[in-house]
Amino acid sequence: MARAFFAWLRSDLRAALSLGFLLALLLLSLAAPWIAPWSPTFQNIDIPLADADAAHPLGTDDLGRDVLSRLIYGASATLFASFLAVTIATVIGVPVGLLAGFKGGWVDDVISRMIDALLSFPAIVLAIAVTSALGIGLTNGMIAVGIVFSPQIARLVRARALVVRQELYVDAARCMGASSARILWRHVLPNAIQPVIVQVTLLLAGALLAEASLSFLGLGIQPPNPSWGAMLARAYQNMEIAPALMYPPGLAILFTALAFNTLGESLRVALDPTMKR
Amino acid sequence: MLTAARRAVIRRRLLQAVPVLVLATLVVFGLLKLMPGDIAITLAGENATDERINEIREMYGLNRPFLVQYGSWLGHAITGDLSKSLASGEAVATSIARSFPNTLLIVLLAMGVAMGVGIPLGILAASKPDSLLDRVVTSIASLGIAVPSFWLAMILVAWFALEWGWFPATGSVALGQDPVKALHHAVLPALALAGGGLAEVSRQLRSSMVEYLSSSPVRTLHAKGLSPMSILWKHGLKNVGVNLITVATLLFNRMLAATVVVEAVFAIPGMGNLIVNGALHRDLPVVQGVVFVMVLVVITVNLVADVLYTVLDPRIS
Repeated sequence: MARAFFAWLRSDLRAALSLGFLLALLLLSLAAPWIAPWSPTFQNIDIPLADADAAHPLGTDDLGRDVLSRLIYGASATLFASFLAVTIATVIGVPVGLLAGFKGGWVDDVISRMIDALLSFPAIVLAIAVTSALGIGLTNGMIAVGIVFSPQIARLVRARALVVRQELYVDAARCMGASSARILWRHVLPNAIQPVIVQVTLLLAGALLAEASLSFLGLGIQPPNPSWGAMLARAYQNMEIAPALMYPPGLAILFTALAFNTLGESLRVALDPTMKR
Repeated sequence: MLTAARRAVIRRRLLQAVPVLVLATLVVFGLLKLMPGDIAITLAGENATDERINEIREMYGLNRPFLVQYGSWLGHAITGDLSKSLASGEAVATSIARSFPNTLLIVLLAMGVAMGVGIPLGILAASKPDSLLDRVVTSIASLGIAVPSFWLAMILVAWFALEWGWFPATGSVALGQDPVKALHHAVLPALALAGGGLAEVSRQLRSSMVEYLSSSPVRTLHAKGLSPMSILWKHGLKNVGVNLITVATLLFNRMLAATVVVEAVFAIPGMGNLIVNGALHRDLPVVQGVVFVMVLVVITVNLVADVLYTVLDPRIS
């Protein structure tokens, strides 16, 4: 297992770089209180929109807050939000997909139509609507994104469960008296886990962009707390006088989303035995 | 002429859309039920009078069973009555009718740019896999998929509007009012939307073309002595052509979502601004109205694409 993991990383430089970048980002966000030079909400109103210098390596925003510190603290809010949304999507999607694929019949019909219906909504539009109904805020926003993403996981798991259900070894297990729960847990779930890992990695990028969008629109994280999307909203308001403020959070979002996507695509190839490069 | 098999497939597609439509509208109406606490009090906002609260309770029929509420809401919605905005009192259908053309203009323009540039790029990349050109196109595509479209919009505004003044930074003009001015306003938003779309199109086109080029019919064409150019653009394009319907549909759905945030950057009075302002003020009738119309549009577009695919796909006889 460990050997296969390192072989994969050695064979794919971009995946290794992406993983390294994401791990570094995770460490940075966890260590934010010790690493960030300033408090993310401390306003030094004497120096609004200051240029970069030794004390403020990326300058300050319109309220005199240190951009670098907000970027570092913003990483934890942004990553937390993405993980929350994708966790919710997985916790809903996996059991629902298993149920549909394994039970079949009318259960599958109903769930499948429900999945089709939910996938017909533009994701961010439904997330905005759900956030508005639940109440505005980062946690509610990410619950909304998680709900909106869950059919993507459910569809994937359903397709796998449908295939595995007809395998000979499942029949054998059933003949030996294994319960449905045991078959699901021991045989169906392990077979469905690989595509889920790939999809989860790709959805993390989607959730990151969704968080940025919601916070940018004022429906996610609330001031003065930093997230990358909220920083972009602030930068947007000051675009005419300080256009440079949009680059640090924007680049952070771009590179992180890129890293998740690259990792996901690489995993898809590495985990799929039928696909040869 | 459509064969019986094709007609059967089309009929099945149309029938499948019915439960999806019912469930999707159920979701739109169900948004109401996600609200915590007494819905009427929450919707009425702070310092609302009892009369106002009762009025809202009456409007949604909150005292009746859920399915009855849903049925009555759907009945009104289908006939174009999407209720009234809680904030402005304007009929939601009127706001949507005013906003939708603005959104459609930039989405369609963006689709044109994305397909016009993305298709040739994808095909060129596929013609020489792993060449420098291919790597550049693939890298741009990866960047384009990861870039937040509203950030791209901000960069475009900062340079092309604020720095150089080539295009207006905000607002929109109706196409019927002044076509030149309307397009001038729509260029930057469309470009911001097209960025991600272009990436998607070139990636899809590249992968289907690579697959086609490695298939056995292509070997025959080579053996017949056809030039690589003619194989690529004549036979290749014809073979991946059917996929373009799928690509265009994906693109449309994607842009309808991305436009919501891009409109905020350009202050375009479209569907995006309508739903975002509605969401910020918890003006649920407006939010539900926009989501309702958008999901109807998506389901219809998907259905049309499915039918078109069935008509054009030579494999169904």
